Amino acid sequence: MSGDKILSVDRLAMRFGGIVAVQDLSFAAERKKITALIGPNGAGKTTVFNCITGFYKPSGGAIRLTHDGGRTIALERLNDFRIAKQAKVARTFQNIRLFPGMTALENLMVAQHNALMRASGFTFLGLIGAPGYRDAEKRAIDLATDWLKRVNLLDRADDAAGNFAYGDQRRLEIARAMCTEPALLCLDEPAAGLNARESAALSELLLSIRDELGTSILLIEHDMSVVMEISDHIVVMDHGVKIAEGTPREVRDDPKVIAAYLGADEEEAAAVMEGGS
Amino acid sequence: MTAPSTNTAKPATGIPALLKTAFINALIALVLFSLMIGIRTEAGSSGQLTYWTRFGDLASIVAAVFGGSIVIELLRQWIGPTGAEKLVPPAVQSGISFIGRYLAPALLIFTLLVPVIFYNQRYILDLAILVLTYVMLGWGLNVVVGLAGLLDLGYVAFYAVGAYSYGLLATNFGWSFWICLPLAGILAAFWGVLLGFPVLRLRGDYLAIVTLAFGEIIRLVIINWQDLTGGPNGVSGIPRPTFFGIPLDNSDDGLAARLGIEYSPTHRIVFLFYLILALALLTNWATIRLRRLPIGRAWEALREDEVACRALGINTTTTKLTAFATGAMFGGFAGAFFATRQGFISPESFTFQESALVLAIVVLGGMGSQLGVALSALAMIGGFELFRGLEGYRMLVFGMAMVLIMIWRPRGLIGHRAPTVYLTKAKAISSDLVKEGHG
Repeated sequence: MSGDKILSVDRLAMRFGGIVAVQDLSFAAERKKITALIGPNGAGKTTVFNCITGFYKPSGGAIRLTHDGGRTIALERLNDFRIAKQAKVARTFQNIRLFPGMTALENLMVAQHNALMRASGFTFLGLIGAPGYRDAEKRAIDLATDWLKRVNLLDRADDAAGNFAYGDQRRLEIARAMCTEPALLCLDEPAAGLNARESAALSELLLSIRDELGTSILLIEHDMSVVMEISDHIVVMDHGVKIAEGTPREVRDDPKVIAAYLGADEEEAAAVMEGGS
Repeated sequence: MTAPSTNTAKPATGIPALLKTAFINALIALVLFSLMIGIRTEAGSSGQLTYWTRFGDLASIVAAVFGGSIVIELLRQWIGPTGAEKLVPPAVQSGISFIGRYLAPALLIFTLLVPVIFYNQRYILDLAILVLTYVMLGWGLNVVVGLAGLLDLGYVAFYAVGAYSYGLLATNFGWSFWICLPLAGILAAFWGVLLGFPVLRLRGDYLAIVTLAFGEIIRLVIINWQDLTGGPNGVSGIPRPTFFGIPLDNSDDGLAARLGIEYSPTHRIVFLFYLILALALLTNWATIRLRRLPIGRAWEALREDEVACRALGINTTTTKLTAFATGAMFGGFAGAFFATRQGFISPESFTFQESALVLAIVVLGGMGSQLGVALSALAMIGGFELFRGLEGYRMLVFGMAMVLIMIWRPRGLIGHRAPTVYLTKAKAISSDLVKEGHG
């Protein structure tokens, strides 16, 4: 794989006690491209995500994030909130994690916490109503409004996020992650539970994030129509190891991928082939 | 049960279920009270055990439980939270929202006028000061429990730290109240951070137990560190507050003499009233302000979903610590006020019961709601005094009132949440959506 890599995962391993969830996994994600991580249920995709975003500490291996300016950050050494704050990696969750009792706008304001904290002089300037903070808050509201427009939720800005339909919650969560102005956006099954029309809208949104904002995207997805349509590069995992990678076309025709998805394991497939020859 | 055909319009969960619930409750009451009330034992004149039965009383209690559970069940079905909207006509609803809008300003104006209206009623003024003290404590705890969603059962510890800070600094070094007040707040906040560090990883029940223990530790340290705190004897002779250096007493350079008016002990009470009112309003102002700042939004986000907070780059450790410290600081201010008002403090004043009372005020008022907390402090402290005439039944009436309120309004008097920022229109958020926090 050539080109400008934003994320490179090198020999990543994750063990929970005796259970090996991820083993010797290496792949890279290119800058301003959409990289998909696919595989059957239990393949270890979400574990890889949790390692990248700092919710798990990897048992072994290295995860390197290279920013635009060439600054490289070792993600496996940072803990969760610092990865979002310093390395600028944002994520969404498989089971949506919005702030249900807060409005859509508030959700997007919380996402801009670190920038606003600095602007409010770590609360002290904000408490006395300093004009600098008021300007910063105005800009934050503008950014949030902009994202609400992009995900088509502007008219529901002042409604509680918990009242939103499932598809709207998915889009709001992506908008919230983008409000942190990330370098790498990690999406854990963004199309899960969406109907065909919503999936198409999601694909469009993700492509616009890549093309207009130049944000690199790493996503886990089961919906093959979404994956094949938008991905630039696909990594296929099964039982914690990488079994294939390449462009959507290459992956689609790979017999190992087909075997993994049809439920037969490699030895069986090999045995079948040997028996046949 | 007797004539189901006449009650076909009622749902299946109607009268039979109602009677069944009431019957079960009555049965439980019978088992419980048969020994507690049914049989009375006493030591006789020569030390032998004598007993006699009171089956009449037992029967009436069981009957009361039976009738009471029917009434409560009916109340739950008719005016419970789900049915509330249907029963109230629109005219009354708009009236309620009108009252809701002007209730807070009206209450504030009334509070400002209390010393004028009740100038000659010392009892009411003292009660008002007590209520305001609890309003302030409630508002302080509201930051920790209501906004950040961290269940703190040891809030009285910070109240004690504030009170002893002022008491000891004033009696040992002769520092004035106005210097000690911020110091008391800072010291309490410092203890809040100290408590915060070990409990940060704990959640829910575990957090509650550790904060409870912390409250007791502070009290036990105060009792046992006799050299410094005077142990169970407390600290006495704490200076009364001065009007920025001018004493409020009968002396020649007292405030009354300087203004050329006749001295009255009520002056000091009125001054104390306005002092605690100012402190409480400061707490309220700061909390409202903080809610609209990033830190306040982070507190509420923490209550809603801690994992999502971390994914957004929020340092949950410092966010929790600031919530603890802010709440503790207000508790410290209230403690310093308590010390100067009483002139005497002892560990007796800082028992777990105080923590529980303040927490009850916050929960009853509606977690996170400033007006709700003020109303419930008024109801709890004022109401408790109101029932003084009932003597032995006071606790019973009080407990029943609380149970009824919790059936009627399970999320507190004011359960909905007001958004901190809006584009077009601020819409109240239903309490069903707002999380209570994980601990």
